[in-house]
Amino acid sequence: MTTYYSEDHEWINVESGVGTVGITDYAQNALGDIVFVEVPEVGDELAKGDEVAVVESVKAASEIYSPVTGEITAVNEDLEDNASLVNSSAGGDGWFFKISISDDSELEGLMDADGYKTFTAGLE
Amino acid sequence: MMNNQGRPTGIDGTTETSNAGYETYTGNRGLAQVEGLIYEIGDTQRTGVDLPEVEEFESCIGGVTRDNEIGLAGLTEPEAMRHYTRLSRKNYAIDLGLYPLGSCTMKHNPRLNEKVARLPGVADIHPLQPISTVQGALDLIDTLAHWLKTLTGMPAVAMSPKAGAHGELCGLMAIRSALEAKGDARSIVLAPESAHGTNPATAALCGYKVKPIPATEDGRVDLDAMKEALGPDVAAIMVTNPNTCGLFEREIIEIADAVHAIGGYFYCDGANFNAIVGKVRPGDLGVDAMHINLHKTFSTPHGGGGPGAGPVVLSEALAPYAPIPYVVMGEEDFDMVEHDTTGKSFGRMTAFHGQMGMFTRALAYMMSHGADGLARVAEDSVLNANYVLASLKDIMSASFEGPCMHEALFDDRFLKDTGVSTLDFSKAMIDEGYHPMTMYFPLVVHGAMLIEPTESESKQSVDQFIGMMRYLVEKAKAGDTGRFTGAPYNAPLKRLDETGAARNPVLRWTAAE
Repeated sequence: MTTYYSEDHEWINVESGVGTVGITDYAQNALGDIVFVEVPEVGDELAKGDEVAVVESVKAASEIYSPVTGEITAVNEDLEDNASLVNSSAGGDGWFFKISISDDSELEGLMDADGYKTFTAGLE
Repeated sequence: MMNNQGRPTGIDGTTETSNAGYETYTGNRGLAQVEGLIYEIGDTQRTGVDLPEVEEFESCIGGVTRDNEIGLAGLTEPEAMRHYTRLSRKNYAIDLGLYPLGSCTMKHNPRLNEKVARLPGVADIHPLQPISTVQGALDLIDTLAHWLKTLTGMPAVAMSPKAGAHGELCGLMAIRSALEAKGDARSIVLAPESAHGTNPATAALCGYKVKPIPATEDGRVDLDAMKEALGPDVAAIMVTNPNTCGLFEREIIEIADAVHAIGGYFYCDGANFNAIVGKVRPGDLGVDAMHINLHKTFSTPHGGGGPGAGPVVLSEALAPYAPIPYVVMGEEDFDMVEHDTTGKSFGRMTAFHGQMGMFTRALAYMMSHGADGLARVAEDSVLNANYVLASLKDIMSASFEGPCMHEALFDDRFLKDTGVSTLDFSKAMIDEGYHPMTMYFPLVVHGAMLIEPTESESKQSVDQFIGMMRYLVEKAKAGDTGRFTGAPYNAPLKRLDETGAARNPVLRWTAAE
């Protein structure tokens, strides 16, 4: 099981061809209190970079882009009633969706934990 | 305690605490009166009107006749007057003070506009009156259209859209119709990060896929990234100019040329036209469609003060697809074209011709200023914004180098390690008697504070605003954190739980048990 990070502040946790995707703790912290999350539907087919979800916080509404190409296999329905899960557990219970990864090579363009840490340090 | 104009804020010998200390029976604080919801203060036993007794009647609405009381709250006439007057006194308005909402252009609504708009010949007419009886009104619409076309250097204008976003929709529908007429329906619209937030929403509503274009380090459209995103499937690019960072897109002509080269159209969001009116003609920049917010550039009421109006100027290529109805000059008099005979118009956006009251006010503003006066409007709005920028950039953090256009953008770097956020800072401005500036937008900078003083403000007024901002910045940097994190203290309602309101909205009032 390996976790990758995108420059759009998403994480994707890959296990046997399926990636679980959420936003990073850095992202939830920057967004502030999250009040609404719109997740995709199971079966949606997405290309890397497609808009896949929307996060609304008290500050802004932001689009979430799919870090890989693939098909949605599950979504986190708990977020519908409790968007604050993203604030309290961005890397855990606040996950957004699971996606079956069509092309493993797309993961190569993403960062590992250390790379992401350096990336966000550069944003400060 | 003295205020900055040297006037005492309390009686000598008393302290601020003792002034504010006593509880009151009513909860009112002098003229700061507490006011409940109309359902809380009213009841079904009171009324302000005498209605005749209902006589015997026969219902013709079948089985849906209401058989119980509605329970609407009633008030006497003086109570109803007081209710709304008290509520209005809790409101902030351009008639109460400087309204620095960047990107929103809250400027003075000249009283001359109001006087003209109340003339019976334009105020007391109806859209369904015979055309022969409203020739003056049609002449007014035609004259306003002429001014808009002249100021923008564009050959056509659709007058009916009723707001900025409605105008965007009109422009994109014209673009869509033009492409479809060529058998070249496309699927992508480019929208830079520095564009207005409504741009991508409009494109999505029109069925387009939105591709964002990143901003450069200096807050403008990244031309290289934009060129890379262009292709045969791109229908249009939507650029706001000046953009929401308050900056002029210097490479605007190159942007227009590039999108035209691939057969796409250039939509310009004209919301910030007030910064360039009389100085730049968008038609000369290669614009195909642009909406003009009469409620911004041309001073008609904005933000709850009145309906918007967003006429859209169109290029030669898009003009045939303009919506109906529109005013034309016939052989002897004006006529309103209500039915499309060319088969090209994309249809109708509104039932009638548009926002007549706003047309009247906007034309009054234009004619009272004249062409030279309108150019001065642009100069003064840019001057005031730069005065704010220059007076605050030593203690706040300006997001971009160099001068700005009509609005000054700061970010929250100056608040680093103070424990004060952009939100807290804005709330403290309420205690100082100001409506906060736009915050957290645009998204391209962190903790944005976007200030647009507009040309309405005198130097004295802007100086007072700057003095207030400097005072608050110094307090924040001096560690007076509580002043901010608990603010507002002086507002009718204190810090509200905005997160709770969004997560668990209470949308229906119920009586207390």
